[in-house]
Amino acid sequence: MKILLSKPGLDGHDVGVKVLAHGLIEAGHQVVYSGLRKSIEDIVQKAINYNVDMVGLSILSGTHLIIAKKMNDVIKENDLEIPWIVGGNIPNNDVKTLEELGATKAFATSTKVEDVIHYFMDMNETQSQ
Amino acid sequence: MNDKNRKKTAEELGVDKVHLESGIEVDPVYIANDIDGSSVKGEMPGEYPFTRGIHSTMYRKRPFTIRQYAGFASPEETNERFQFLISNGQSGLNVAFDLPTQCGLDSDDLRAMGEVGRVGMTVDTLDDFEIAFKNIDLDKITVSLTINGTAIIAIAMYIAMAEKSGYDISSLRGTAQNDILKEFIGRGTWIFPVDKSVKLVVDTIEYCAKHLPKYSPVSVCGYHIRESGANPIQEMSYAFCIAKAYTDGALSRDIDIDDFASRLSFNFDIYGNLFEQIAKFRGGRRLWAKIIREEYGAKNDKSSWLRMIAGGGGGGLTKEQPENNIIRSAYYALISALSGTQTMALCSYDEAYTIPTEHSAEISLRTMQIMIHEMGICDTVDPLGGSYYVETLTDRFEKEIKKEMKKVDDWGGIINAVSTGKIQESVSKQAYEREMGIQTGKVEKVGVNIFTREEESKDVEFHPYNQEAADKQIEKLKHIKASRNEHDVKACLAAVKTDAENGENLMSSIIEAVKVYATVGEIVQVMKDVYGEFEEPIFF
Repeated sequence: MKILLSKPGLDGHDVGVKVLAHGLIEAGHQVVYSGLRKSIEDIVQKAINYNVDMVGLSILSGTHLIIAKKMNDVIKENDLEIPWIVGGNIPNNDVKTLEELGATKAFATSTKVEDVIHYFMDMNETQSQ
Repeated sequence: MNDKNRKKTAEELGVDKVHLESGIEVDPVYIANDIDGSSVKGEMPGEYPFTRGIHSTMYRKRPFTIRQYAGFASPEETNERFQFLISNGQSGLNVAFDLPTQCGLDSDDLRAMGEVGRVGMTVDTLDDFEIAFKNIDLDKITVSLTINGTAIIAIAMYIAMAEKSGYDISSLRGTAQNDILKEFIGRGTWIFPVDKSVKLVVDTIEYCAKHLPKYSPVSVCGYHIRESGANPIQEMSYAFCIAKAYTDGALSRDIDIDDFASRLSFNFDIYGNLFEQIAKFRGGRRLWAKIIREEYGAKNDKSSWLRMIAGGGGGGLTKEQPENNIIRSAYYALISALSGTQTMALCSYDEAYTIPTEHSAEISLRTMQIMIHEMGICDTVDPLGGSYYVETLTDRFEKEIKKEMKKVDDWGGIINAVSTGKIQESVSKQAYEREMGIQTGKVEKVGVNIFTREEESKDVEFHPYNQEAADKQIEKLKHIKASRNEHDVKACLAAVKTDAENGENLMSSIIEAVKVYATVGEIVQVMKDVYGEFEEPIFF
């Protein structure tokens, strides 16, 4: 799969998203990274330009609900069907809300890298079926 | 029989080999012969090169300073907190700023939405500083500004506020974090290209050396570099390379090394192997003293002191079995004290998942107090001095940090290594390897991958976002923009622009601009127009 990992908003904590990038590459995926402090519009544009299969949003400052809502709006405005996921510092309690806001999947704080990789593996299999 | 012949290797003893996180191999035993050639022999604390501490009496005279970190959303709340602390006899406070302020965006900027006041105090104009410091005696309280990308503006506001209130700024004390180079490696609140960012730090050093000799304009942070994945050798060496870059910049202006070097301080991380951290600090302190005296020719001993704040690192704490973090933090505090720190701060045991309670904050404070008042940690200076193991490792760390600094030179220097992403790349790869080490159990972590038990998974918690306060801040900004003298603002911003174009020190023109209530966002925009913005190299 080709995955765009991104850092929306002003939060500059990128250790986690880079750790995941290494893990996904090792698992055979292709990773595009947005860099820090990108707007949702920039991120969606990049997803289109690189024709990715999935977009990951990494958010640690607590703004995940606001950003997810924006993501949903921009995806709809552009009439796109790119699946997107959310990770970072995400309370268990917000996982369901994020999925209701349009995220294909949200990963709560402390999710292991291998669990995310397994998720992608399952996605891959479903897609190729 | 010669001791040397009695010392056996791991193989000879039939025990496993042991390596520190830094890659250094540890012998099963250390003996007197191991420190035969060590320069520490005959060295007294308070004497160059300060391996044993920067003061001759250290904690015997005065224990390390306890300074806990705290953030408050609005200038009004910050002021209340100051008043409370002063009435309780405290004399210092760290001010945390929200992300828009740190990234140079005003509260009414669309990109600031949802972030106003979230992780610290909001500052749009000088008015916010005036509210935060209302009725505070700046001669009595020392203020630490935790800000980097827009530090020059925050420092300018602090000076402007003091001047307006009638203080003699030449006696003004305080500190700013203002270490932009580490922001490119971790934390990420950079704005301008790397060379221009460093220029701004140098502007503050030059201005303070000439006008505010008691102010500490920079605290170089190995802390965030280590939290981003660097090992202890890299933490020290990158921090030293960064401090040297600022020093070189300052020397290219019309100032002497002894005019500013004693005002530079450091902020370091503590987690991992106890002896490795202690050797890191002792060896690092000796090397820094040598760099400042031998390379830069400082004559004043104070210039070559490695003054530091070192406490617990968040990177070592776990969400699993969080009470274990109390024990970890006590060891971190012990490491910090045995390493001769000047200032200490510990994380709360529960902050990995929740807003620290008064109770958990109190436990951190008591951890340090118990050490001071019950453990005899202040009785004698550098209690580990002369330990065969610690001194051997200290010597080794001095060498290894120096070697790693040479590597950065080979990459074209720290500014180049950061601009091209060379350091970011190596650090993030190590972060991945460490994380994998923990997830596979190769790096042992109690309660996480060994001695685990079924426990209720704790949910992370955030301070609820205060939209009402954010709206109020935006209203206030609107009001100030409507009531200020627009002509003066334009003239002052134009002066900042001219100074930027001409490569002048920006401090004076920024001080004038903040005095007429130009906003942080407006000033940053003018600077962006001249300097451009940093283009992040995409590395992971």
